[in-house]
Amino acid sequence: MVKKISGRIYLSAIFLFLYFPILVLIVLSFNDSKSRVAWGGFTGKWYVSMFQNTAIMRAFATTIQITLTASVLATVIGTLAAIGIQAMRRRGKAILLGATNIPLLNADIVTGISMMLLFVRFTRLGFLTVLVAHLTFDIPYVILNVLPRLNATSKSAYEAALDLGATPLYAFYKIVWPDIRPGVFSGFLMAVTMSLDDFSITYFTKGAGVNTLSTMLYTELRKGIRPEMYALSTLLFGIALLLLLLINFRSARKNDIHN
Amino acid sequence: MNFKCKFKRQFLSGPYMVWIVGFILLPILMILYYGLTDSAGSFTLQNITAITEPIHMKALLLSLKLALLCTAVCLILAYPLAMILNGLHLKRQSFVVFIFMLPMWMNLMLRILAWQLLLSNNGIFNTVLESLGLAKVQLLNTSSAVVFGMVYDFLPFMILPIYNSMSRIGSDVIDAAKDLGANTLQVFLKIILPLTVSGVISGIIMVFVPALTSFVISDLLGGGKVLLIGNVIEQEFMQSMDWNMGSGLSIVLMVFVIASMAFMNAHGNEEGGAAVW
Amino acid sequence: MAKELIHLSHISKSYDGTLVLDDLDLGIKENAFVTLLGPSGCGKTTTLRLLGGFETPDRGQVFFDGADITSLPPNERKLNTVFQKYALFPHMSIAENIAFGLKISKKSKSYINDKIKYALKLVNLDGYEKRSVDSLSGGQQQRIAIARAIVNEPKVLLLDEPLGALDLKLRQDMQYELIRLKEELGITFVYVTHDQEEALTMSDSIVVMNQGYIQQIGTPEDIYNEPCNAFVADFIGDSNIIDGVMLKDKLVQILGVTIPCVDTGFGEHQPVDVVIRPEDVELSDPPDGFLEGDVASIIFKGVHYEIEVTAGGYDWLVHTTKMYPVGTHVGISVIPFNIQIMNKPESNDEKAVETGEF
Repeated sequence: MVKKISGRIYLSAIFLFLYFPILVLIVLSFNDSKSRVAWGGFTGKWYVSMFQNTAIMRAFATTIQITLTASVLATVIGTLAAIGIQAMRRRGKAILLGATNIPLLNADIVTGISMMLLFVRFTRLGFLTVLVAHLTFDIPYVILNVLPRLNATSKSAYEAALDLGATPLYAFYKIVWPDIRPGVFSGFLMAVTMSLDDFSITYFTKGAGVNTLSTMLYTELRKGIRPEMYALSTLLFGIALLLLLLINFRSARKNDIHN
Repeated sequence: MNFKCKFKRQFLSGPYMVWIVGFILLPILMILYYGLTDSAGSFTLQNITAITEPIHMKALLLSLKLALLCTAVCLILAYPLAMILNGLHLKRQSFVVFIFMLPMWMNLMLRILAWQLLLSNNGIFNTVLESLGLAKVQLLNTSSAVVFGMVYDFLPFMILPIYNSMSRIGSDVIDAAKDLGANTLQVFLKIILPLTVSGVISGIIMVFVPALTSFVISDLLGGGKVLLIGNVIEQEFMQSMDWNMGSGLSIVLMVFVIASMAFMNAHGNEEGGAAVW
Repeated sequence: MAKELIHLSHISKSYDGTLVLDDLDLGIKENAFVTLLGPSGCGKTTTLRLLGGFETPDRGQVFFDGADITSLPPNERKLNTVFQKYALFPHMSIAENIAFGLKISKKSKSYINDKIKYALKLVNLDGYEKRSVDSLSGGQQQRIAIARAIVNEPKVLLLDEPLGALDLKLRQDMQYELIRLKEELGITFVYVTHDQEEALTMSDSIVVMNQGYIQQIGTPEDIYNEPCNAFVADFIGDSNIIDGVMLKDKLVQILGVTIPCVDTGFGEHQPVDVVIRPEDVELSDPPDGFLEGDVASIIFKGVHYEIEVTAGGYDWLVHTTKMYPVGTHVGISVIPFNIQIMNKPESNDEKAVETGEF
């Protein structure tokens, strides 16, 4: 009993540690006073000025463009790559998987710098270089999510479909695709998460003029804290909460159907 | 027929292979090239040996110290947490993932902002201290603030692998140990601990490497007063514009990353191996 | 007469509001091979876990050798368990697995080594000390699980469907192996299974359970030949179970005909279940027998033919060594001694299960 209670207390303490800072941001986003500790009445004015702030809005738009483009392309390239890798012999597989692990394991700062060195030699830094950089670290996440699913897919079912007269493409769509779809989806989600949150690699490959939320906020935070950022935090937290709930609800419902 | 199919399927990874060569291998070659040459383009080891300069050495040692501290704190916080969570026998494990992933979906900069608010001189901590009649403490722009920020940022990376390895231990294995006479402590030491070593190791790698190489957290929560090796490299590139020096130090950092991973993996295998035989 | 080693006294247990065991009372004698038999969800595994100490009853007590062990934790009980999925420790070698309990009880190194050798020999796996758990087949892992339990010299070995994950041939081999082991060790085995064949082959006595109640306790012969209700009859082997009316002692009416039997004491004009084993049904030419019908199907089963005869509106299952082509008009007869009369189940629950899973 005592063990149970102390367990609950510990759990709550960690929970508080994780969520208290976010809670503070949310409360401050509605605070009429600029003070960080005193409550000056409820207001929505920081939200208004956030939406009127062109720098924030442009960074927001760029982030979404980069994230979605990179994630979709990474999902396509990564899924195809996974299918190809699975068909390979051991040696080729090992080499490709080894290379896939490099961007995952290497320090972000080194990945970012090494790509910057490559880009400035052959082209100018800008939107495109950021996109290429994001793709480079997104694709491995897709591959690592799809490959286990592919390995678990029954090869004989695919061959049976061919035996029954299906073309390879039709057999893939009808037999393999349903099996790997959850992996493709979670790979896509991982790519979205990584792209949304990336700072280091974007920072080194973006050049002047292009800003994602992360790099824009970095520059701003070095100058000082503005209350619009609280509003932005609350907005982003709300979006994240909504998205994760949606995904969880989806998978929970799928589980229920399974059971 | 079969051969034809196989040939076609391998072909699908073609675009990715091009990608690997162009954007994974080539950049690394670039960093090696810059790191091993001087500004005139002739071979030198100076950029590598520059790590022994006092200012660089100090930054590297501080990075190692803070990364170790952060990893230790994360491990100490996460292990009991994973045990408690596992003991709850949640029907949906995804709920746990959800709770600990959610803060990570918030932009890193905004999470750092939150800690700036909490730790600043007129922030919440100091206000609470003051209202209790205690003296204010300088928290922001210190090493402690950087460790706070790192732990906050990386804790989920420690919790999830440990929790995963723990939830994979079958309840019948625990029952079997009890059945054979093990008490709670013996069950923990002989069964749970050895079976979660792999989770602990991946947790350590996932926390230690980013902590060692981070430069944003130290920049924003250390206020330029806490200089880590990441900050030194960033400054070489973005301020001093000495790309050769920056690349050389990056190579050193890469070696440390690889070495720490190799150390952990070797240690893990040794442990696992000892347990198997 | 062996003395009673274990007694479960008026045990009730429920999970999330579902009653799994209801006022269960069961004694287990020393050196017996007792099998708890029943469909999934009948409470047999819960009973075993209560003995092992992994569950505590909501009501009732567990006695071991006369002492109340109801709230004693598993590590302090003199029983050892063989788990359904073996539950070997994946991070330990075979030798370390077997030594686990002995090391906990601080036995000397040489004693432990001797014990490991002895146990591995006993389960026919000499020389496997250094092997890892993964390198073993299911059957081998199960033998190690047994070895790991018996080196601690428990007075009782609890086995929870230990052969459930093995294939048929291996299962049959292991049945003989277990009988041999029990004889060599001279200890009590409490065995849980849903497989009636396993139960009939190995046990000294069988406890048939359903829906948290004990349906019947007896020797394999008793249970098979004299099932006390339709559930037991249906669960143990194949049976023809027919609605009937007991007209008076030694006279029962089924499917519109009245036939003699040997049972008494059911009263007059009482609805009953009439159970007839397929091998007890005799087929003859139509004028003979109490019913006439037609052969609907016939399957060759090796030792016998399995025949379905539609007679009196009921599909009779018949085992016979004589071949009857489909469509043959036959007469059906059963000698009175082979007709079992049973009371109708009392609760609707029992009825539901009886017609349900098996």
